[in-house]
Amino acid sequence: MDALDDIRTRTLAAIDAAADPAALDAVRVAALGKKGDVTGLMKTLGGLDPDARRSFGQAVNQLKDEVSAALDGRRKVLDAAALDQRLMAEKIDVTKPVRPETTGRVHPISRTIDELTAIFAEMGFSVVEGPDIESDFYNFTALNIPDDHPARQEHDTFYLPPDAEGRRKVLRTHTSPVQVRTMEKVTPPIRIIVPGRTFRSDHDATHSPMFHQVEGLVIDKATHMGHLKGCLIDFCRAFFDVDDLPVRFRPSYFPFTEPSAEVDIGCSRGPEGLKIGGGEDWLEILGSGMVHPRVLQNCGIDPNEYQGFAFGMGIERITMLKYGIPDLRPFYDSDLRWLRHYGFLPLHVPTIAGGLNG
Amino acid sequence: MKFTLSWLKEHLDTSAGLTEITDALTMLGLELEGVEDRAAALADFTIAHVVEAKPHPNADRLRLCLVDTGQETLQVVCGAPNARTGMKGVFAAAGTYIPGTEMTLKPGNIRGEASNGMLCSERELMLSDDHDGIIDLPADAPVGARYVDYAGLSDPVIDIAITPNRADCLGVRGVARDLAAAGLGTLKPLDTGPVTGDFDSPIRWRLEFAEGREHLCPLVAGRYFRGVKNGPSPKWMQDRLIAVGLRPISALVDITNYVMIDVGRPLHAYDADKVDGDIIIRQAKPGEKYLALNGREYTFDPEMIVIGDQHGPDDLAGIMGGEKTGCGDDTTNMFLEVAVFDETAIAATGRKLNLQSDARYRFERGLDQTSPHWGTELATKLVLEICGGSASTVVVDGPGRPWQRQIPLRHSRIKALCGVDIDAAAARRILADLGFEVTGEGEAMTVAPPPWRGDIDGEADLIEEIVRINGFDKIEAVSMSRPHVIGRPALSPTQRRVRAARRALAHRGMVEALTFSFMPADLAARFGGDDPSLRLVNPISSDLATMRPSILPNLLAAADRNLNHSVGDIALFEVGPQYADDSPEGQATVAAGLRVGDTGPRDWSASSRPADAFDAKADALALLDAMGAPTGNLQVSMDAPDWYHPGRSGSLRLGPNVIAWFGEIHPAVLADLDIKAGAVGCEVFLDRVPLPKAKRGGHGKPMLTPSPFQPVTRDFAFIVDRAVTAESLLRAAKGADKALITAVGLFDEYQGKGIADDKKSLAIWVTLQPQAATLTDDDIAAVSDKIVAAAAKNCDAVLRG
Repeated sequence: MDALDDIRTRTLAAIDAAADPAALDAVRVAALGKKGDVTGLMKTLGGLDPDARRSFGQAVNQLKDEVSAALDGRRKVLDAAALDQRLMAEKIDVTKPVRPETTGRVHPISRTIDELTAIFAEMGFSVVEGPDIESDFYNFTALNIPDDHPARQEHDTFYLPPDAEGRRKVLRTHTSPVQVRTMEKVTPPIRIIVPGRTFRSDHDATHSPMFHQVEGLVIDKATHMGHLKGCLIDFCRAFFDVDDLPVRFRPSYFPFTEPSAEVDIGCSRGPEGLKIGGGEDWLEILGSGMVHPRVLQNCGIDPNEYQGFAFGMGIERITMLKYGIPDLRPFYDSDLRWLRHYGFLPLHVPTIAGGLNG
Repeated sequence: MKFTLSWLKEHLDTSAGLTEITDALTMLGLELEGVEDRAAALADFTIAHVVEAKPHPNADRLRLCLVDTGQETLQVVCGAPNARTGMKGVFAAAGTYIPGTEMTLKPGNIRGEASNGMLCSERELMLSDDHDGIIDLPADAPVGARYVDYAGLSDPVIDIAITPNRADCLGVRGVARDLAAAGLGTLKPLDTGPVTGDFDSPIRWRLEFAEGREHLCPLVAGRYFRGVKNGPSPKWMQDRLIAVGLRPISALVDITNYVMIDVGRPLHAYDADKVDGDIIIRQAKPGEKYLALNGREYTFDPEMIVIGDQHGPDDLAGIMGGEKTGCGDDTTNMFLEVAVFDETAIAATGRKLNLQSDARYRFERGLDQTSPHWGTELATKLVLEICGGSASTVVVDGPGRPWQRQIPLRHSRIKALCGVDIDAAAARRILADLGFEVTGEGEAMTVAPPPWRGDIDGEADLIEEIVRINGFDKIEAVSMSRPHVIGRPALSPTQRRVRAARRALAHRGMVEALTFSFMPADLAARFGGDDPSLRLVNPISSDLATMRPSILPNLLAAADRNLNHSVGDIALFEVGPQYADDSPEGQATVAAGLRVGDTGPRDWSASSRPADAFDAKADALALLDAMGAPTGNLQVSMDAPDWYHPGRSGSLRLGPNVIAWFGEIHPAVLADLDIKAGAVGCEVFLDRVPLPKAKRGGHGKPMLTPSPFQPVTRDFAFIVDRAVTAESLLRAAKGADKALITAVGLFDEYQGKGIADDKKSLAIWVTLQPQAATLTDDDIAAVSDKIVAAAAKNCDAVLRG
């Protein structure tokens, strides 16, 4: 039994002392290999009487298990140490910047169109579009703006060359032609908004030859001017995110509406600049009115049966007011510095549920 | 339209203050543009007497003035050459803000002499640019009085915008009528009673229009004035004209201008001695000319209405009189013209000659058709009062244009159209105040508009008048009803995927630009455009001359501008229209992307590289994917148009339809635009992407049945001709066993050492996904054989040894 204890003591000490996997393996061979100490003890079993063989055999097996377990334990320790060492060697500077990935931007005009679409969708409107190049009929005549009407002169129209019959197309001066195109096709009730490009031959600090408008049209049997007010007040308050935004309706004139109203929102001008809401001052933001009976007639809708309202609003203007963009001209300059500053993150989609404000 | 408060009060008996009036104007639709209250700015300037002006002891050009302000006598140092003893001038005491110099006056010492105030020039008061000397007032000017009161400047000038329908408010009286109807006072009566003529007019009217063209001048009235004395008009008239921006000329001319502003009735005064015989109104003959009162010569055409005598025309009807027959200071006999003309003809003539005038502005918006009658009488009273002389009987020609009409009005429609309760009596009262005659009751009213309201032609117009005067603020706002408790989508599937395309590109790091729909013609031509039908007739500049056939050139120009401010590594896109012709169908919605320079900034990982055709292709594919296009079915062909690099560009097709182009921009195009960096782009034709078929039976997706068996991936390297495309090889491999092969990919392309010069090596991986049982070695070998065979058959490919 002395030999067995001796082997145990020696082997376990050697296992503990093994500094690396190779040393540990040498210990394993020296103990459990074919010529190992423990294996050697097993070989002595044959010469013992049965009782002694049983008790000695048990003792040797126990030693063998003990040594195996010690080897496993030590191996785990050595493996862990080796891994630690490797990982330390693999150290990187995680403060370095990531590989460049840029997120683009959505143009403020697209953003505003998405915002106002979300708001008007809530009020039951759907989005309709129409062509930028229009006939005289859709842009003017059908909208009760005959030739030589003074209102026509105020439109600063871009013309395209006349065709063989002398008819010339125009770049639409407003989104209102889509009212006509829609009423020609659709039987009321109608609730549409029409965002899109519009064109006027005017180019200075506050006018761009191309700009965007959104048209609105509601036609049914009961919609009256109170609804026009309600709809536009609700819109303005939601869009500008000012619950008590003052909204004022002033009589005005458009050939295609009767009565006609221009709509102002309240603002204040202080040392910090323009603030939407409150205050004593007004900002004009859109034109509106009850659709002129003659326009309904021109579109094949009986004005004795149907009525409704229309409005038109400059998208650049409301975008500038809402987001504090001071100047109109850069909208079309495609200056990346401007686009990155005033543009919007693509995954920040305005919704009623998630909020409308950029 | 400008007028002064006192002028308004000539017509409106009111106790309302200025602010009350201006607020009411805006809410009546006569939008206030501004109020100029000169009294406020100049309130502190008084009239003073220069008791003595003597030379300054220490300065040759200065004078020491002893000034009696009415309250005290002060010494003022003055540099004006006209300062002299005994004169009356305008004095500002120390502490007064001087508008012309934007400074507040301080007591001072000028060259050793005390100066306690200032004698002012017109420029210092911002009354004119005159700074040659101080204001020199008549001897009877009251010392100590406020200068603004003395000079008639204390009358605030109100400026309002008049919408094109309100021709009646191009005269002060029309504005007063609206205010009176809105409850701000009472409209005073206007005396247009006839003035008896003393003699028969030696000049008569002759309307000489061809048959069918008589409508060009339906009615003209006139009158001969004998023995008038033309000279300066009275001060009250001059003050008012100056206040509204008109220059006083002479009494006769000022009277015509005064009546125009006062009641919106333009007039013309001829020097009767310069007219030979009767005055003829007719269409011009080709080539006839006249020298207008603005000193410029105009050539007429037959569409224009002209007025003159037997020697030819000297007046462009409704727009501007002529030099030859105009009134001058020596005019003693005057002939007055009060006509109405066809609005359209006046507008067209004015536009053609680019000749604007206050008269044209009123004529083209439409005058009271009865105004030749009352306008003549009104003007007669002023001429006789101011210029003396005697008036002839009135001469008239033309039958006049019928203007009377009867418009039915149903009381219930006011509420139905505008949502506001206005009782019938109030409605009638408003209409009556505006000059309308109302007969009948309730649902059977009939309304006759007054002759000055040519804009009113239907029930809706009448309702507008009633509701406008009653006040839009009285209309209660009603929120829109909700036809559905849960809103329906506002966007069509087509619109929704356009938005998805936009966000997909932005998500890929590209920045959305919006560029003009027009571009320079030569650039458009380079991009397959400049169709003559799309060239603007009246472009703003040659840079904006034709409708764009492609978005890319505008993005390239934008990139160039950015490079010029040293913003490099550009990734821009635009989703918008391009135009093939002038029809609605010729307008296509296109997403165009452009990358210039590197994919990103320089960085430690060296992951940035010059953007190449595959970036542009990836942009196109990503947005097609975002739109829900069947990108798996896309075919690539190498046939993009000639603004792309011919060897580094391609088309994406679905069947026969080209869905997109992508690739490097042609270096020659970049050179033309002077862009020094490389550029790649794509154009995706969103309208050509088929919409997914509408699903029947709900929104369920097909059942997913994942295979329980291990997929196997095998690699193959093929030698093919260089011309063989990667896509054809991948397609051949994928088609070799449609049931088993689920994915293929290219992982290496090699040409060079070890490969024949006209060949290349393409290495692909193929994933096999068994559905029924694990693949055996034999199964795999069989599929491999099929792949090799398909590659050989379709691409002449041989396995690389």
